[in-house]
Amino acid sequence: MKRVLIIGATSAIAEAAARQWATQGASLFLVGRKAERLQAIAADLQVRGAKLATTHVMEATDMAAHEPMLAAAEQALGGIDIALIAHGTLPDQKACEASVELTLQEININGLSVIALATRLANRMEAQGSGSIAVISSVAGDRGRQSNYVYGAAKGMVTRFLQGLRNRLAKKGVQVLTIKPGFVDTPMTAAFKKGALWAQPDAVARGILAAIESGRNEVYLPGFWCLIMAIIRHIPEPIFKKLSL
Amino acid sequence: MANASLSAWGNLDWPPAAEEVRLADRAAALPEIAGSLLPYGNGRSYGDVCLNPGGTLLQMRGLDRFIAFDEATGVLACEAGVLLADILSVFVPRGWFLPVTPGTRYVTVGGAIANDVHGKNHHAAGSFGAHVRGFELLRSDGSRRRCSPGENTESADWFAATIGGLGLTGVITQAELQLRRIAGNSIAVRNQRFTGLDEFFTLNSKAEAGHEYAVAWIDCMASTPRGVLMAGDHAEDLLDAPSGEKNVPLTPPFSLINNASLRAFNAAYYGKPWPTVQTVHYQPYFYPLDAIGHWNRIYGPRGFYQYQSVVPQAAAREATGEMLAAIAESGQGSFLAVLKTLGKQSSPGMLSFPMAGTTLALDFPNRGAPTLKLFERLDAIVRAAGGRLYAAKDARMPSAMFRDSYPQWQAFQSFVDPKFSSGFWRRVMEQ
Repeated sequence: MKRVLIIGATSAIAEAAARQWATQGASLFLVGRKAERLQAIAADLQVRGAKLATTHVMEATDMAAHEPMLAAAEQALGGIDIALIAHGTLPDQKACEASVELTLQEININGLSVIALATRLANRMEAQGSGSIAVISSVAGDRGRQSNYVYGAAKGMVTRFLQGLRNRLAKKGVQVLTIKPGFVDTPMTAAFKKGALWAQPDAVARGILAAIESGRNEVYLPGFWCLIMAIIRHIPEPIFKKLSL
Repeated sequence: MANASLSAWGNLDWPPAAEEVRLADRAAALPEIAGSLLPYGNGRSYGDVCLNPGGTLLQMRGLDRFIAFDEATGVLACEAGVLLADILSVFVPRGWFLPVTPGTRYVTVGGAIANDVHGKNHHAAGSFGAHVRGFELLRSDGSRRRCSPGENTESADWFAATIGGLGLTGVITQAELQLRRIAGNSIAVRNQRFTGLDEFFTLNSKAEAGHEYAVAWIDCMASTPRGVLMAGDHAEDLLDAPSGEKNVPLTPPFSLINNASLRAFNAAYYGKPWPTVQTVHYQPYFYPLDAIGHWNRIYGPRGFYQYQSVVPQAAAREATGEMLAAIAESGQGSFLAVLKTLGKQSSPGMLSFPMAGTTLALDFPNRGAPTLKLFERLDAIVRAAGGRLYAAKDARMPSAMFRDSYPQWQAFQSFVDPKFSSGFWRRVMEQ
């Protein structure tokens, strides 16, 4: 059965994915900031059929905590087949514009901490010669827009980093999957008005599991974002800069 | 918190809630609000029992985690926002089923308790509340009460008030349910056509003696009421779930249900081949309408009413006949007419709907005054027979009828949380 490490396990998309893995009888190692929430999720996953659901409290920006966490995960699971990196925040763009400190903090959470974790995971999986590293990036990383370019820059960095990592690990039997969700109805986006473009975490999670299963490199979820982002990427900059996006 | 969008299943025109707040998890405190509060599950009750016009609705679907399952006893502990559909999808493959299920699986556990729902096995198993082993009740003063059935204890009083308590006694955060063993995921169904109520009652009492489940669909457009009695039992076969759920994508500008379409549908439905004995997956037997997403939209922008009554058995034959005659005379037919007898098992809730007798459930497109006029006639028949109406389906019951037919309403009042209210409650309490 699959041995799955989830970082940011209390996020709505990660929890939905964990439920689907649990139903298959997977073993899960859940990493997050809130101990109580993690334990409630672990209990739920066990009822749903997880062979094992262990929790580990960690702050993703505490880079020194990464290595001990990975060692604990390997020990608990007996090896890692799939790692899903799902942690992140949705920065307040206006507040970031007024604060360099906040901007760098958001880049650190959504960009650098992800790169640090992916690097350590990559080295382990390269050595074992197998595994999947799946990372939740975002459609926001495809092009900088005035409404959320701090988040977009961090996610863009992650997307580009994973491209290189995939290229490096392709010959080593390790899958690197870049996941680009569009608008997802989660507590992170509770303040937004929901329209037809919004997806449920369940559907996005199904897409993630399917993409891992079929060895994909990059996946837009739901799939129609592939088309939307192709259009957005191809608008010439002289026009794009005048749009309110 | 932003856009007010929560509605009830009947799509009638109710004023919106002032605010909608999502409860994040079972440990979270209730929000500090100025007005009144009401928990909202999955919005499958028909009228204003799940609405709080002008007040705050507390969205409960975020509390959707299982807590523990005891394989030896079959007791499941879960959060109140878990859907019955979630329980089925996890536990049916492992050989467990809900002890009681209503006609849709898209209701929350909290909603099933708060309305003390019943199902096709009421004659054998009683209502949903009879299988609840306990729950936690979160009150607006911040207290968390552990409630369970039993004799003369405070915990049992709160239990009795909250089962069927319409969400008014506080928020149910988590509950323990007794599941039941099944051998397969299928139901062995025995279909029998009947003409006239006498034949229904004869066939039905035989069916209830020999089968765990029994329900009848009736064609109330026919000059003599006729229908099909569907008795069922769990079977050992493992069948594939039917695929291809349909969906009504938008509300048509007018009701698709009118006398012509009804008469045609009912005649075709009655006349279609009904295999005497067949084994089917549990979904089409228990939840035929769940296969059509948003089926409530077929009634158009004005929405629809469901009128569900129960009358004591002694008066059932006569009262049911009178109701069907009144409906036929009014020229307003019902597309979904369901007839079922309820058993003697008393329900644990103070305001529980079920009583030993016969229940009749009918859907009517909202045509305004003529529809309400018909309900007044039906009310008179139900009241004369000593019956009552189901709050989960109601949108217009007169206050006096509620008070007369739910004699424990005064005792119940002392358990209502001072911060909690609903559209239904203000209506029947004339507040």
